[in-house]
Parts: sequence; structure tokens; C-alpha cells
Amino acid sequence: MGAENQINDTNATGALQEDKHAWPLWEVFVRSSRGLSHVHAGSLHAPDADMAVRNARDLYTRRNEGVSLWVVLSDNIIASDPRDKESFFESPKGKDYRHATYYTASEGVKHL
Amino acid sequence: MSTTAATPSTVADDEGRAAFDALIAADGRIEPRDWMPEDYRKTLIRQVSQHAHSEIIGMQPEANWITRAPSLKRKAILMAKVQDEAGHGLYLYSAAETLGATRDEMVEALIEGKAKYSSIFNYPTRSWADVGAIGWLVDGAAIANQVPLCRASYAPYGRAMVRICKEESFHQRQGFEILLTLANGTPEQKAMAQDAVNRFYAPALMMFGPPDDASPNSKQSMAWHIKRFSNDDLRQRFVGMIVEQVKVLGLTLPDPELRYDEETKQWIHQELDWVEFMDVIKGKGPCNAQRLERRRVAHEDGAWVREAAAEYARKQQLKLAEASGKAA
Ligand SMILES: [Fe+2]
Ligand SMILES: [Fe+2]
Repeated sequence: MGAENQINDTNATGALQEDKHAWPLWEVFVRSSRGLSHVHAGSLHAPDADMAVRNARDLYTRRNEGVSLWVVLSDNIIASDPRDKESFFESPKGKDYRHATYYTASEGVKHL
Repeated sequence: MSTTAATPSTVADDEGRAAFDALIAADGRIEPRDWMPEDYRKTLIRQVSQHAHSEIIGMQPEANWITRAPSLKRKAILMAKVQDEAGHGLYLYSAAETLGATRDEMVEALIEGKAKYSSIFNYPTRSWADVGAIGWLVDGAAIANQVPLCRASYAPYGRAMVRICKEESFHQRQGFEILLTLANGTPEQKAMAQDAVNRFYAPALMMFGPPDDASPNSKQSMAWHIKRFSNDDLRQRFVGMIVEQVKVLGLTLPDPELRYDEETKQWIHQELDWVEFMDVIKGKGPCNAQRLERRRVAHEDGAWVREAAAEYARKQQLKLAEASGKAA
């Protein structure tokens, strides 16, 4: 299931692809300049990977927004469940000691 | 991933609603896979797809002048603007798809005349000055509408709007520049600019939608933080801006009743023709039939390209599968 796009199975792109001429959905990631990560920009429909990259260039980089593009079939993105918020992301909670701000004894000591 | 996802239970709904309500109350953002009330989803699909349709149909009145732009520079600028509007339509269609609408459904609804889009695009563009008036007034009104939508509670809509708003300011400025150039040209050119402003002024003010007391869905949209300001508030703000801008153009707004009321701190403008507005929305505007027909023909003429591309992709995939079969 695409992270952004499919909210239930009846709308999965798999179903669309069965229609002979429908184009699958792709997620587009743009690297805005060298040294930065690719960031999700949005999605688009395209018949294949080559066209997805070309369409992504036309749709998401009309004003030099990027120096590199990634496209990935939305279907191929594996996402965590939004309802997992509590259980799945629980462990960092209560572990303030992972943050520098937890340690106050060193306050006022220079370069520390 | 939780496996209970597919079985809808009232407990899950109750939990979902509580989480949704809490997020809205905290002015948070709703993401596609969050639980949301059916009405919220439906309202958004309607609004976002109508917005997408408006961008797509909105390409036509201006495209009408691409071949007749007065210079190569103006032509290049206008093509870039119209291409942006196509992009806006595509951003918004994908945002609507995150809510479960399919692209095909939306495209079909538009072509079959079942979907609404902004009434403004059903007015003709009679002169080159109209391209200027559209950029200044129509894109201007769109910006006033769209800036608060960047903070819409539905996150993919907000993200699309952020992208769109970044591009819109060029649209408005290029329109203003066209009008300014004409207004400083020959008397005929100045008259042409004034005529365009005269024709687009009232339809542009109507772009904000009916007055608040006649806009029954606004309240719910505001409660859901989709809408942030009422139609009349946005209209007020827009009038305040163009009143000043028109002075720079050396033109006038065709509104004898226009004045600022110090007591109520409100702009008073002429009564807008809401009967005409509803007629145009319902399909009886000067160009509705032409706009839809043009969209239908473009879609149908492009069918063989879409089919060929899909078929090519299918064959390439087959070849790839065969090759890897042999290699194994
Ligand atoms: Fe636009
Ligand atoms: Fe625009």
C-alpha cells in the first residue's frame, strides 16, 4: 500500500492496473540540492518508470527544485499503521536520558 | 501492521473519532490513513476535486491567447503559466486520490458535466488584455483563497496548496504587468485594459462564493479547519488589496458603490449578481459547453497515446520477465 495514497484495499492501485490502459501511481522524491536527502514531493500516474521520471521532472521540478529524482510505485511502499502510534512508537517515551537536555549537572561548563 | 484494520468495529470507530476530534481541537493535521468521519472525507473529495477541475478548465481561457500573444516573451510566459495550472490540477487530483477517489472517476465526472468547477472560467477571453485581467484579478482572488488553505486540516490538501501558492505569485504579477503595459500604451490599449477589468471585476469577487448567510456548508468546513476564513471575510480582504493596486495601474474598478466604511471597518461594494453566479455554476454560463467539449475532445484525442504507452510498458515488462527467466 502506498504510504500517501491508498486508504483501503478497494482503492489499491493493483486494482487499477488490471484495467488495461490505466497508469499506476508513483511516489516522487526530489533531492533539492547536492548534499541533501531526497524528500517526498507528491505523486503522479505514469505507465512505466522512465515516463514516471520524465513526468516527475515536468510536474515537480519546473523551477530548479531538484538535482535528482526518485520514483517508486506507490504499491511498493510499506508503511507503519497510523493506529500503531502508541504501541509501536512507545519505547522512546520515558527515555529522556537519550537527549542531551536530560543532563543538567554540566550546565555552565564550557564547550560541553 | 495491525491485522484488525479491515474489520470495522464501533470500538475502533469510537477510538478513531476521539483521535480525530482531538487532532482537530489541537489544530493538528489529518493524514490519509487516519480515521476520519465519512462527511469529512466526502466534503474534501468534493472540494479538492472541484479545485482540481478548476485548475484544469482554467487553462483554456488563457490558452486561447497563446498563439496570439503580442511577443515571443509574452508567449513563453503565458505557456509557462498555463503549464503551471496543469500542474496545479495534477497536485490536487493526487491529493483527492489519497481520500479514495480515483483519477478516472474524477476525470469522467468532469467530462460528463457532473462535476462543478469555478464559475469564473466560463467567461470568454475577448482580448489580450483579458489575459492580464485574469492574472491580476482571477489569480489574485485565487491566491487570497488559497493562502489560508495551506493550513487546511487535511495534510495532503495543505501540502498541495503550499506548492501551488509558491507558483501563483508569478501568475498574478505577470497579469498585472500586462495591464500596466497596456494602461501606459496608446489610448486604445488603455481602453482595452479598462474594458477587461470592467468585465472581470464582478466575476472575480464572486470567486469567493456566496455571502456567508447563504453558504450553509461553510460553518462545518470552518469547524473542521478546512476553511479558515468565511467567504465574505476573504472577499473583503481581496477588495482592500485591489483598491490600492488599481491606482498603480491608472485604471478604475467598475463599482460606483465602492467605499470603505469607517464604522464597520468594511468595504462596501456593489451587490453581486448571485442569480447569474448560480446559473453559470449550473452550466448556463457563456462558455460552459465549449469548455467541457474542449476537455472531452482533448481527453479522447489523447486516448491512443495513453493506450500505446500502457501497452509499451506491458511489453517491456514481459521482455524483462522473459530475459530474467532465461538467465536463471
Ligand atoms: Fe492555479
Ligand atoms: Fe494561477
